[in-house]
Amino acid sequence: MDYKVRVKVNHVNFFYGRVQSLFDIKCDIYDKMVTSIIGPSGCGKSTLLRLINRMNDLIPHTRIEGQILLDGKDIYNPKVDVVEVRQKVGMVFQKPNPFPKSIFDNVAYGLVVNGLTNRSYLSGKVEKSLKDAALWNEVKDRLGKSALTLSGGQQQRLCIARTLAIEPEVILMDEPASALDPTATLKIEELIQKLKEKYTIVIVTHNMQQAARISDYTAFFMLGKLIEYDLTAKIFRNPSKTITEDYVTGRFG
Amino acid sequence: MERHFDTDLNELKKELLKLAALTETAIYKSIEALEKQDTKLANEIIDEDAKIDELELIIEEKSLELLALRQPMASDLRFITTGMKINAELERIADLAENIAERVIELADKPLLKPLIDIPRLGEIARIMLKNSIDSFVNKNEELAKSVIFQDEEADSIRNLIYDELMYDYIVKDGTLAPRAIPLLLVARHLERICDHASYIASDVIYMINSTIVRHHPERLDADNKD
Repeated sequence: MDYKVRVKVNHVNFFYGRVQSLFDIKCDIYDKMVTSIIGPSGCGKSTLLRLINRMNDLIPHTRIEGQILLDGKDIYNPKVDVVEVRQKVGMVFQKPNPFPKSIFDNVAYGLVVNGLTNRSYLSGKVEKSLKDAALWNEVKDRLGKSALTLSGGQQQRLCIARTLAIEPEVILMDEPASALDPTATLKIEELIQKLKEKYTIVIVTHNMQQAARISDYTAFFMLGKLIEYDLTAKIFRNPSKTITEDYVTGRFG
Repeated sequence: MERHFDTDLNELKKELLKLAALTETAIYKSIEALEKQDTKLANEIIDEDAKIDELELIIEEKSLELLALRQPMASDLRFITTGMKINAELERIADLAENIAERVIELADKPLLKPLIDIPRLGEIARIMLKNSIDSFVNKNEELAKSVIFQDEEADSIRNLIYDELMYDYIVKDGTLAPRAIPLLLVARHLERICDHASYIASDVIYMINSTIVRHHPERLDADNKD
């Protein structure tokens, strides 16, 4: 494969207390591609996603073995600053979670907490992020209004804009459209296609059609194991494993 | 897990098999009509083609409906898209049988040029190739599908044999025999085309089974392309 590897998951095991939830996961996530993670509930897909920006650090009694390399550097190396990891690896959640602040302040938040306060710099960044998140035209006349006045789909794009403002390299999305109506879902999917020109995107989704529509690569997980990882077109047209075939055709799940 | 979708897919398969059976019968009857110079049977074939055309449309509509409503994946997707292609091939084959029936009518008031030997032989090959291609579809039998594709060469050489004989032993020697020889030439051509369509069906079946496109790439028939 000639693609540049942005994230390398290297023999990862993961434990919640004594319960092992990921088993020897290894896969390369390619630069400026959309990679989908699919699989039945509880298969470990969100756990893996959260490991890529150390979100599981926040859960007590968890333990990781193996490595996750971002641009060749292990993000679990004790010398690594977790804040820096999360700057490089942004995350968007299932439920839009805007802060109870103005639209402007939501997008500027990450920059402000990093000590950037120059108003015209912030304005420029907010505008650019909102434009990249395909939200600018809908909110440009009411940047001072509360983010909570936006619709669910707009709130989700606002959260994406907030992530983009700190210029991450990788964006993790955990079922970003599952709480949205079909029109808002379509906008998010279109946005993901546009964002991959600049960013590496990893998305967890329960919607297989969505994985098929938007991703270049698809990883199929079951019971904590990576069953099959290949080009999306291969996974949905001619998967190598019978178990993947059964899942994508809805014979179980 | 048995899915409701499987019932739909089985329905589709049954309709395709019905179409295949009607088509195979049309080939068989067309050769019989030619041998016996039976214009009644020839007209029957022509009339029945309308039924085949209707069934083709039903299968096409049903397939499109399943694609739109079920958004099938993997083997389901390959089954439906292959089914649609087989559907079109069968309809073309039935049209060729109808063309043979038209030649029978054309020849009805003329004595047969010679006893027919190679044409019925080619007709039987065409019928068997079609039958095997459909069996390979039903039983997902890759080896059988491959054998259909390989048999196409035999069909081509018999067609050439018929062509040479009619051309050089009859038409070239005595131009007045042309009205009795040319319809037979066309029958050979129609039968050889039926064999081509049967081998296209077999190629589609191989794609359905293992996702390898062998059409235009005969070298892939030899390689082991299974994952």
